[in-house]
Amino acid sequence: MDMQRQTALSDFRAGAMATLPAAVAGVPFALLIGALAAEKGLSMAEAGLMSALVFAGSAQFIGLDNWQSPPAWFLLGLIVFAVNTRHIVMSASILRHMGGFSVPSRVLALLFLADEVWAFAEARAARTRLSPAFYAGLVAFFYASWVLSTMAGVLIGGVIRDPKTYGLDFAFIAMFVGLIAGFRGRPGFALSIGVSAAVATLVHLIAPGPQSIIAGAVAGVAAVTLRPSTGEGG
Amino acid sequence: MQGDVVTAIAAMAAATAATRLAGLVVPRALAGKGRIKAAFDALPAAVLAAIVAPVLLASGWAEMLAGLAVVVAARYLPLIPLIILGVLAAAGARAVLG
Repeated sequence: MDMQRQTALSDFRAGAMATLPAAVAGVPFALLIGALAAEKGLSMAEAGLMSALVFAGSAQFIGLDNWQSPPAWFLLGLIVFAVNTRHIVMSASILRHMGGFSVPSRVLALLFLADEVWAFAEARAARTRLSPAFYAGLVAFFYASWVLSTMAGVLIGGVIRDPKTYGLDFAFIAMFVGLIAGFRGRPGFALSIGVSAAVATLVHLIAPGPQSIIAGAVAGVAAVTLRPSTGEGG
Repeated sequence: MQGDVVTAIAAMAAATAATRLAGLVVPRALAGKGRIKAAFDALPAAVLAAIVAPVLLASGWAEMLAGLAVVVAARYLPLIPLIILGVLAAAGARAVLG
């Protein structure tokens, strides 16, 4: 029992450390979302509620961009659904590694499946067992900092500059590139990321938007799945 | 709180939850065998590549340069130093190249 608790605690800590950089780099983006929300007439409580219930940076940015007064809830729902379609494949994929979760904790965990949470959960599952404690660690501080920073952004809105000026969007890019490198031992690795990157970029150039992620991912996965079997799995 | 704002937030939350819970309706038996398994094994890297590629390849010279530094360094650096390098490279490249 004590041993189990210790394992859970160290798993939780490992999860929290994994998303710590995302939590830190996410602060200026959350501040910006808070400032944008305030501009659209949302109160601090409402902005906090949005970050707490949606917890998806790009969807919140695009949702607020399309925010009218009064807000068109159906349109906003559609837009957010379109931006978040990648989470459909992410949830199907990570569920394969949630054997150690009870059904209610599985549902609860999936509700917090932000990109970074998913990516680190996959990276963990590739090395060892994905435990509920590790997953909880991934979410806890990242989520709290996202919600609180959004609320702070409503207050100090005007002073926020574009975090991209400081290269902070590349914290996430570097994080994802590092995680991609962690999968390099898998069969068809180079083919899948090559095709995915090419198709995603092409679709982005033709029609910028979230569909480039799905198009690239589907193409990359299809390339690996449908290639003639070489028998050596390289 | 204003009612129409809460309704809009609820719609955004419901849409997000729908995408995140969608995996639950994929039959478990399907995910473990043969080509389907190969597809799922290839998925994480492919999704991440599709997220970063348009930023690195189609945003401008600064992003391409910083991206090149990150991709090369990813073979050698652990994650935290890689993240710091990425931020510095992007800030630097943007400052110089606009």
